[in-house]
Amino acid sequence: MTTVLDRPTPVRAGAFSPPQLWAAVPEALRKLHPRAQLRNPVMVVVWVGSVLVTVDAIVSPTVFGWLIAVWLWFTVLFANLAEAVAEGRGKAQAESLRRTKQETTARLVSGAVVPGSSLTVGDRVVVEAGETIPGDGDVVEGIATVDESAITGESAPVVREAGGDRSSVTGGTTVLSDRIVVEITTKPGESFVDRMIALVEGAARQKTPNEIALTILLSALTVIFLLAVVALQPMSAYAGGPQDVVVLVALLVCLIPTTIGALLSAIGIAGMDRLVQRNVLATSGRAVEAAGDIDTLLLDKTGTITFGNRQATELVPVDGVGARELAEAARLSSLADQTPEGRSVVELCAREYGLAPEASAAEARAEFVPFTAQTRMSGLDVDGRRIRKGAAGSMPTSAEVTRVVDAISDEGGTPLVVTIDDRVLGVIRLSDVVKPGIAARFAELRTMGIRTVMVTGDNPRTARAIAAEAGVDDHLAEATPEDKMAYIRREQEGGRLVAMTGDGTNDAPALAQADVGVAMNTGTAAAKEAGNMVDLDSDPTKLIEIVEIGKQLLITRGALTTFSVANDLAKYFAILPAMFAALYPSLGLLDVMGLHSPQSAILSAVVFNALIIVVLIPLALRGVRYRPSSAASLLRRNLLVYGLGGVVTPFAGIYLIDLLVRLLPGM
Amino acid sequence: MGPTVAGLLQVALLLVLLAACYVPLGDYMARVFTAERDWRVESALYRLVRVDAAGAQRWPTYAAGVLGFSFVSIVLLYLLQRLQPLLPMSFDRGAVEPAMALNTAISFVTNTNWQSYVPEQVLGNTVQMAGLTVQNVVSAAVGLAVAVAVIRGFVRSGTDRIGNFWVDLTRGVVRILVPFAFVAAILLVAMGVTMSLRSGVDGIPLAPTASQEAVKMLGTNGGGIFNANSAHPFENPTALSNLFEIFLMLVIPVCLTRTFGTMVNNRRQGTVLLSVMGVLWGAMLAVAWFAETHPNGPATLAAGGALEGKEVRFGIPGSVLFGVSTTGTSTGAVNSLHDSYTGGAGGAVLLNILFGEVAPGGVGAGLYGILVLAVVAVFLAGLMVGRTPEYLGKKLGRREVTAAVVAILAMPTLVLVGTGLAIALPGTRDALNNDGAHGFSEVLYAFASAANNNGSAFAGITVTSDFFQTALGLAMLFGRFVPILAVLALAGSLAQQRRAEPTAGTLATDKPLFGVLVGGTIVLVAALTFFPALALGPLAEALS
Repeated sequence: MTTVLDRPTPVRAGAFSPPQLWAAVPEALRKLHPRAQLRNPVMVVVWVGSVLVTVDAIVSPTVFGWLIAVWLWFTVLFANLAEAVAEGRGKAQAESLRRTKQETTARLVSGAVVPGSSLTVGDRVVVEAGETIPGDGDVVEGIATVDESAITGESAPVVREAGGDRSSVTGGTTVLSDRIVVEITTKPGESFVDRMIALVEGAARQKTPNEIALTILLSALTVIFLLAVVALQPMSAYAGGPQDVVVLVALLVCLIPTTIGALLSAIGIAGMDRLVQRNVLATSGRAVEAAGDIDTLLLDKTGTITFGNRQATELVPVDGVGARELAEAARLSSLADQTPEGRSVVELCAREYGLAPEASAAEARAEFVPFTAQTRMSGLDVDGRRIRKGAAGSMPTSAEVTRVVDAISDEGGTPLVVTIDDRVLGVIRLSDVVKPGIAARFAELRTMGIRTVMVTGDNPRTARAIAAEAGVDDHLAEATPEDKMAYIRREQEGGRLVAMTGDGTNDAPALAQADVGVAMNTGTAAAKEAGNMVDLDSDPTKLIEIVEIGKQLLITRGALTTFSVANDLAKYFAILPAMFAALYPSLGLLDVMGLHSPQSAILSAVVFNALIIVVLIPLALRGVRYRPSSAASLLRRNLLVYGLGGVVTPFAGIYLIDLLVRLLPGM
Repeated sequence: MGPTVAGLLQVALLLVLLAACYVPLGDYMARVFTAERDWRVESALYRLVRVDAAGAQRWPTYAAGVLGFSFVSIVLLYLLQRLQPLLPMSFDRGAVEPAMALNTAISFVTNTNWQSYVPEQVLGNTVQMAGLTVQNVVSAAVGLAVAVAVIRGFVRSGTDRIGNFWVDLTRGVVRILVPFAFVAAILLVAMGVTMSLRSGVDGIPLAPTASQEAVKMLGTNGGGIFNANSAHPFENPTALSNLFEIFLMLVIPVCLTRTFGTMVNNRRQGTVLLSVMGVLWGAMLAVAWFAETHPNGPATLAAGGALEGKEVRFGIPGSVLFGVSTTGTSTGAVNSLHDSYTGGAGGAVLLNILFGEVAPGGVGAGLYGILVLAVVAVFLAGLMVGRTPEYLGKKLGRREVTAAVVAILAMPTLVLVGTGLAIALPGTRDALNNDGAHGFSEVLYAFASAANNNGSAFAGITVTSDFFQTALGLAMLFGRFVPILAVLALAGSLAQQRRAEPTAGTLATDKPLFGVLVGGTIVLVAALTFFPALALGPLAEALS
């Protein structure tokens, strides 16, 4: 059980660093192939423009022509670089995952030994301590502790057993103790790890609906600018001077939304990457996007809103017993009790009555009476006194005890009666403790426009009390899987998108119905199959982070698109006077930046247009800063930073580049 | 009282009149298109032409109705002109030559009313009244119907039906355009507009002016019954009639924003769009007014303003107010020669057209035009709040964005390709009265006017050549029907979606910030698309 395996820890690509750029250069060069460009309509135009200018520069070589050609190629290259860096980070993660997927052999129930890769759905394999589970499946026989750190990064082993909600095992994890029989549930090559590798590598990457819609808009912008530039040639000829091909292509490339066009796929890959870094696997990019749209969060009470275990929150003395006397007895009764409930009693007594949290030497020698299903009580025998705490039904009682016990039960708490030698001293109230800070979190979600719904099996009264304390918008008491399903349907009919977490097989229909269904990794295969994300840490609170990642992804796209389009203004002011001042000297007034010469102005705009891609790669990978707030304040902030910033930045950038460019010969 | 004060008072009176009509007319139009019951005359019409008034249509059927009706209209109007010698009250004006007849038919059916002919020499009363006046009414009603169908796309939920084109068309004609035009015509006669079936007196041509003038303005058509259009004293005799005609152009497009707000059950949605239209209109008015009163030639300075090409009875304010309203509404009627405007004012009216006719745009066309631009604004801004963009509870995905960009792309494509082609042809220089930047502006204006279904001419350009007749005819056709098809497709896909209630996380589209966004989108799209072209035309002129 304590075998320490040399296991690869799950990969975190971590923050962006310049060496990643260098590492991505070879891949970026490979992507210069026109086939690689076809996916991206904006960059195809740049690619064709680069070829045109290069041909022109060869036919009639000038320093200016060659410089423009080189920087246009750089523009394409930088776009490739952005994608390659994003993919490279994914590949690094995939590589380390793949190491967990060494070739395994599988022992079938029949005794035959076959390669793990040949297993198909329905095969039953035997796995014993020290062996690696050869594929995803359900335990159908036995119970074992399993080390899942290769997948989850969590080093504590987990228990997997036949039947129930803890039957699912993942290929590549290791059995630490005992022997289990696993029925394989996935086809070879489609296991969990396989899908994870494919996703982080970007192999399975398809454009998401929103990405497609944005690409259409960007294509439309590209078409408009293409027309504007093509139509410019006869207009300019009419005015007295046709323009050089180099100049027209330079203008076109500067106008079309190259910045967002270059970074769009990197943003998508990086969004998926951020999820993986938080140990969440999405089955599609679509799910990540949908997470940003969530209107309603269905949250399980236990583990998300409250701590998983009930805790002692109050001591109620009865029949004239002093509070301190009760506290001392309660503490003694729980000293040796290592359950979370037991520890919470000791902590309460320490906190509120100043009693020692640790057992003294004498107390440590006392005899511990453990809890059994028969007695339904536990405690200590010390100095000849029998100190016990236990469920109300199995303890002595009185009129007042009954009243207190009933009151606590009615309020949703669990009463534990404390006795010394069968004399009742009082009652410990165990109740759900709402996690600190969760109410603030829900308030934050509310400003984001997201309703939170607490789902619990508790009775309505308890549920209402906890719901009020946690500050959720709604709650579902005594919830059955059917109730959850009906609630989700009702929300969806109102046009709202719903996210939920679940782990049991009976959660599967609701997980499938929800727009974002996050299955816990500890859950059953059915639950994981039904959801569109799996949380490897099995932390239900993570749903909130997932929503934020989805939003951040969309905001990054919108912000960089705005920035890209806003940049055009400055580029017009740089290039148009350079083109037309010879035709209409009055248009020289548009040269508000006072650039050195027409050539240096055009080159500076092209250089800025290329460099801004590289500058923004870290932002595309990291995502723009996101703080949960209302739509109105998000919009104001992003419009200011990326809209106004997008107008102003290139004026400064082009001016500064011009200061350097003018030093070049021929400018 | 100086002309500036008089002008400001006219603007104030105009705004008061529009404000007074805003709620009653806007809500009345909403009722017209949502009422369950047909009027008796409408039921009779449906029986006569055998349409099923009860059946709601999918968007392709609705679009087929629009296209079919318009196609038949073009054919009939063409035949009417070609067969003019056989018609009564034609005053021996002969058959209209084919290219001109086709251009005119397209022009009036597309609500453009570009005129490559001299009306009082070419057309008799029958063609004017049975042909052009009828199209002035029904082409406006088509625009109104399309706008209403688009609103239904936002309002309806989980259906593929966006209404019945024949019902919308008939109601627009019977309940809105005909009655209001009738009243307006009588008021115009009272203001001194002529109304005569005679060909002329003592060599001065006469025409059934008031009846056509009323709907020419109310339906944002703009085709004059005289060549001089609203500069002609029979069409627009006084400063009062001038103001009333400006009011007529603006009233339906302005009040449609109220209709929109009422139908989507959130009046502020309409107010936001109206304020965008108003700001653009006001800004262009200010630029044009300033430019005309601050010209940079010595002769005009001596005259105290650029009065060339203007009627003295209107002066600069009455002319620029008319000019900005006619270019902002896609009417295209003129009471002064836009060709004679200074570079700044000429640029302002041209830009007003290039905004895509949304300030406040033509009847119906203005509303669906600005809605499409709002869709694009929502898409960009919606991403920046971290959600799939939503407008009025409808998500904007691939289909919606595609429809919106097709609708928006049509006009710039036609203007840029048309202008580029025209300016590249050797014959064009000969068709221009001016060369240099001003000559270029004339060509650019012609294509902008045609593709936006405005119909006003910068003038100074002879457009009777086969190239211009054909190219401008095509620009009018595609400029009208490509956006109509696209917005109807948009309506169809919007109607299928369920409507989601807004939350704190959704972009509020009934707040001033959204107005800024839509306005910004309109200006940005126009500026980015046409900056180079404008630089070579009005900008080069204005800066010199």
